[in-house]
Amino acid sequence: MSRETETLRHVKAGLWSENPGLVQLLGLCPLLAVTTSFVNGLGLGLATVFVLTCSNALVSATRRFIYREIRIPMYVLIIASLVTCIELIFEAWFPALDRSLGIFIALIVTNCAIVARAELFASRNRLVPSIVDGLAMGAGFALLLCAIGAFRELVGQGSLLARMDMLFGGEPMRGLALSDRGFLLAILPPGAFFSLALAVATKNALDRRRKKALGLLAARQLS
Amino acid sequence: MSTGQKNDNAGKERSPTAWSSGIVLAVVAAVCTALVTVTQRLSAPRIAENEKAYLEQSLRPALANVFYDNDLSESTLVLPPPHGLPGNETAIVYRLFSEEQPVAAVFVVSARDGYAGPIRLLVAIEYSGKLTGVQVLEHNETPGLGDLIESSRSNWLRQFEDASLEAPPRDRWAIRRDGGAFDQLTGASITPRAVVGAVKETLLYFEANRDEIFAARREPGTEQEPEK
Repeated sequence: MSRETETLRHVKAGLWSENPGLVQLLGLCPLLAVTTSFVNGLGLGLATVFVLTCSNALVSATRRFIYREIRIPMYVLIIASLVTCIELIFEAWFPALDRSLGIFIALIVTNCAIVARAELFASRNRLVPSIVDGLAMGAGFALLLCAIGAFRELVGQGSLLARMDMLFGGEPMRGLALSDRGFLLAILPPGAFFSLALAVATKNALDRRRKKALGLLAARQLS
Repeated sequence: MSTGQKNDNAGKERSPTAWSSGIVLAVVAAVCTALVTVTQRLSAPRIAENEKAYLEQSLRPALANVFYDNDLSESTLVLPPPHGLPGNETAIVYRLFSEEQPVAAVFVVSARDGYAGPIRLLVAIEYSGKLTGVQVLEHNETPGLGDLIESSRSNWLRQFEDASLEAPPRDRWAIRRDGGAFDQLTGASITPRAVVGAVKETLLYFEANRDEIFAARREPGTEQEPEK
């Protein structure tokens, strides 16, 4: 039972209360750069989940052999080779998405969220919790990428889910085209900052509202 | 989360010597290298296949009515700069033959003066000097403005079909704003100007060097892979 609740706590932390993008504001470079469309966000999100989960698993499995003094080069080695693998996999199996994401697949290696999880969590916890943590943190990051990607695509290009074929194969898909021209700013770099700010503000507002509701409830129970 | 269980590899009780640290690092490096090598072995054939398919696929729209029977990747010329073609990068020429007779040549060149960096172009020219099509391979132009040169976003590139240095006449090879014959794009004139200029330069090069291009043997030293 306590095991289950702990797993749930990890998942909740990754998806919401300690979301790497929304709360820790880690990995902003890929977050801001690739989220011009939903499919880009989803592609990079999945790649990040994979790298984060594997690096957490590897770091956790080898944590007894990792001396404190050399842990950073070890993390760098593990993460860099995983990212190289995922880059090759994308080139081989998702060539269109690889062209669309370009250098940002290789730049997953610079995503601080990954080395942060290795250092703060995986190096101090057993294998299974580390994998859960990697999946949860990665999923939180990927969902944020998808949400911002969908928002920017919708506002900036007036479409949604366009070019999903880059990930799943088949003929080029236009997705849901709502209008031919969008509000250009959303696609440009400033739009990325605005979208992220909106997402963070929405999260904070929701948290505050919930806190207030809980507070009211507690006050009522007291009185 | 950040304060997990007690750090169980804190180096208090064991302070590693430089040797043992080095050995651990070497082992991990070897394992990681093996992982990457295996992945590379597994993916290499597919990556090469993808590159070939992408090449054929990107040439196809520019070669709609051209019949050829040779293998494109066998007839590639790789021209390192300086080559006289537009762009400072390596230029690539695919030569198309039908029954050993030259049919057309496809140039991969760069327009230097795009709004945001070079624009990689594919220019397909028939033996007679007539363009069969122009495609954009790679660019960093502004989304929504300059990227309308992409054939998937607008028909702008289609005005090059069947154009040559005679039609329109060569002194009218410019965008309308500069007194030429080619449309610009609303809100973006730098990008179209760069593309028109690069296509014209390529045509001039083809006119001057046509026979050398088709006669050139593929040198053994030029086996390097074509750029994406």
